[in-house]
Amino acid sequence: MLRKVRKTTSRSAVTKDDNKVEAMFQGYQDPSGDTIGPEGVERLCQDLGVDPADRKVLILAWKLGAQRMGYFSRAEFCSGCRDMKATDLTKLRAALPGLEDEVAMPSAFQSFFQFAFRFCLTEPRQKIIDVDTAVQMLQLTMPHEAHLPGFTQFLQDQTEYKSINQDQWTSFGRFAQEIRPDCSNYDESQAWPLILDNFVEWCLNHK
Amino acid sequence: MADKRPMELEAGWSLMRRGIEKLKKLLENEPEESFTAQEYMTLYTTIYNMCTQKPPHDYSKELYERYKQSFSTYIAERVLPSLKGGSGEFLLKELCKRWTNHKIMVRWLSRFFNYLDRYYIQRQNLSNLNDVGLLGFRDDVYNEIKKRTKDAILVIIDQEREGEQVDRALLKNVLEVYISLGMGNLDTYVRDFEEHLLIGSTAFYKRKAAQWIEEDSCPDYMIKAEDSLRLEEERVGNYLHINTKPKLLKVVEHEVLSTFEMQLLEKEQSGCAVLLQDDKKEHLARMYRLYNRIKTGLDPVSHIFRKHVESEGMKIVNQAAEDATAKKEKDAGKPSKEGGAHEQQFVRQVIELHDKYLLYVTECFANSSLFHKALKEAFEHFCNKSVAGATTAELMASFCDNLLKKGGTEKLSDEAIEDTLEKVVKLLAYISDRDLFAEFYRKKLARRLLFDKSSSDDHERAILARLKQQCGAQFTSKMEGMVTDLQLARDKQQQFEEWRTNQNKSLKIDLIVTVLTTGFWPSYKATDLALPQEMVDGVEQFKEFYEASVKHRKLTWIYSLGNCHLKGNFDAKPIELVITTSQAALLLLFNDGEQLTYNEVKERLNAGDDDVLRLLHSLSCAKHKVLLKEPPGKTIAKTDSFRLNVKFTDRMRRVKIPLPPVDERKKVVEDVDKDRRYAIDAAVVRTMKSRKVLKHQQLVLEVVQQLQRMFHPDFRLIKKRIEDLISREYLERDKEDPNTFKYMA
Repeated sequence: MLRKVRKTTSRSAVTKDDNKVEAMFQGYQDPSGDTIGPEGVERLCQDLGVDPADRKVLILAWKLGAQRMGYFSRAEFCSGCRDMKATDLTKLRAALPGLEDEVAMPSAFQSFFQFAFRFCLTEPRQKIIDVDTAVQMLQLTMPHEAHLPGFTQFLQDQTEYKSINQDQWTSFGRFAQEIRPDCSNYDESQAWPLILDNFVEWCLNHK
Repeated sequence: MADKRPMELEAGWSLMRRGIEKLKKLLENEPEESFTAQEYMTLYTTIYNMCTQKPPHDYSKELYERYKQSFSTYIAERVLPSLKGGSGEFLLKELCKRWTNHKIMVRWLSRFFNYLDRYYIQRQNLSNLNDVGLLGFRDDVYNEIKKRTKDAILVIIDQEREGEQVDRALLKNVLEVYISLGMGNLDTYVRDFEEHLLIGSTAFYKRKAAQWIEEDSCPDYMIKAEDSLRLEEERVGNYLHINTKPKLLKVVEHEVLSTFEMQLLEKEQSGCAVLLQDDKKEHLARMYRLYNRIKTGLDPVSHIFRKHVESEGMKIVNQAAEDATAKKEKDAGKPSKEGGAHEQQFVRQVIELHDKYLLYVTECFANSSLFHKALKEAFEHFCNKSVAGATTAELMASFCDNLLKKGGTEKLSDEAIEDTLEKVVKLLAYISDRDLFAEFYRKKLARRLLFDKSSSDDHERAILARLKQQCGAQFTSKMEGMVTDLQLARDKQQQFEEWRTNQNKSLKIDLIVTVLTTGFWPSYKATDLALPQEMVDGVEQFKEFYEASVKHRKLTWIYSLGNCHLKGNFDAKPIELVITTSQAALLLLFNDGEQLTYNEVKERLNAGDDDVLRLLHSLSCAKHKVLLKEPPGKTIAKTDSFRLNVKFTDRMRRVKIPLPPVDERKKVVEDVDKDRRYAIDAAVVRTMKSRKVLKHQQLVLEVVQQLQRMFHPDFRLIKKRIEDLISREYLERDKEDPNTFKYMA
């Protein structure tokens, strides 16, 4: 028994943080299970001083690797907070601006952007998200994107597509990066999805 | 005894000089006797001796010099003076004379001095005597007068061009001088004469062409052009060197044909388009001949040809469209009739147009592939336009149907029918929506086969064979299946009857069932029509028989395709009605003598409004009113009621009551669109499976290539299908390059 207890100092440091995080988790834990449910999430947001629909919450979900919208599992919450060294609410709150900066980096943004789509797939075997959800997600993930107002309007005007699939989502991400605001460098003979061909056509008609 | 002393130079030379003087006199036509053999021998021997003597009496060098000198002297004395100041024809004549003389002189003198040729010139590597003689003429005479001579020749040539008679032999002889003095190559001729000829000819034809293009019509201009070419060619044959021919003709072609090509072709009253309009085949053939000589010269001509054929085709299309709308307005309110006369006419006119202009291509345009291509493009352009909502594909299918069915509007001999069918199939090559044609054709074929409306089995088979040849086996496999099905169905019916006999099963009605293989025939809606009991019994019996005879097959009954002979015991006399099964089922609802409302009929028949309306209309508002409608009228309202018309009669014992078919166009287009989606999917998957990784553009090209025999797929549609296949995980985008796809096994 004694043999197992080595490096007592570091181990107890880990355990101490663990306990703190664990305690934080239990503060919001759903009584029925090993997760923080929607109600707990709402309280958490309140305590953090953010609106549940705020972008920061989505980023936090991404950082924690949350699999299910509106829920944080014990593993997700605890290991995520540990990685951020957010052992209590104050520290967690303080970490949020840092997360926003992190997500602004191109490679992290890619991961965040893809995460946002998958996060909306609430049903098992669901592969698409409806247009309204897509618009919301785009607003949260890339609020300053030049093409976004136009794309939002276009999606609402058109009736052909009622939902967005992963390919279209990813392609729009690429579109936002590569295509100029006036769409002058768009080439429809390339493999852009048809919805974007339609969008560019719409843009040119609505100049 | 022979004189052993060597001959001195001057001594020998004085002998030679005497001979030379004699020769000169002969050349000048002065009285002198010709050389005797003796004299010749002496001269020859003198040279021989002087050359073979031992040095220092070996006078080869001196003799060679003096040989050369002899010419120069003579030329200076006699030849040049005679040519001096001369010009024009006189100069040429004199030159010829002097040249002939010179040649003689060279011949004789070189014979005298022949021994030099044997050893001296070879040892010293000098020009031989003949060449020396010629060079003498060249240097002393020719170079002096070549310019004047050339000018004189060119003047005469231009005179001949203007139509005057000239001395061709003279020109030929003069030019021979130029050629000969080239000493083995044509450089002298080319440099001193030909180049100038070409410049002069260019100027001449430039002027002429500019004049002609203003004054003459296109045909006249072309005739002049053709004549010019012919005359220049003759000129070469008459007195120019053969090498000049291509260059000279090129000058004419350039100045007369190339420079003014567009102006000529586009001449308002007489240009290419007008010639086509007025069927001036001879002139067009000439145009082809002329512009065939020039590289890309025929491109504008073929372009105008294409535009012309296109516009003629569009005229037909527009005319047919007008006729169709006019007819539609006239027929408004009546149920749609198919195979209108104007549609037949449209196809017929297209065939005639094709025949006409194909003849042009073979006769006027020498079967050139450039013009075949122009014809093809023109036809592809207008053959894919719609006429009043119907595509050409549909119209052609209707046309074929009309030819092949009994009672079609065209009464033609077997040969004429075969011929026309062949031409229609050929026209298919221009239609991009071939799958649409196939589907319409199949639908109409089904009706012909099932209602026994086909006028000739041979014709049906013949056209299928042609379609197979033109469009491939896949195109006709289903249709062939249909024809076979009927054969098999007849056999099955026989087995059914035998089975009934064996099983001792009887029916109140005679029942003939035709079993069709689903894949071959167009898709039909299966309805749940309420049949009278007699028919239901029949259906049940057949089901029993069929399930006993074949396993693993499912029968779906399509009553809409059936027909029926129903005997009606009317008051006046019994009449046999030839009607469809649906019509029969409806009529039998009235067998008890009741009056039924529209809704009652609909409910009891278990059919939709569309069908009920059509059926009732055919029985109560058409020619033979077997049902009486309350209130009477030409159209059916849902508030009407119906009663059997017991007073119905006709002078015939058997009466046919046709049921106008539903307009199938919309369904066909829908079916074809659906098939196209599958076809594109299949092509994409097939391509990706074999290539594994492919760029978007290449994939699209491959797919278009694979499908083009049947239809021209829209790029957007292909993109959409690709996206669909991505979401179904057949392919994925490459992570690095989103323009590339990867096959997902």
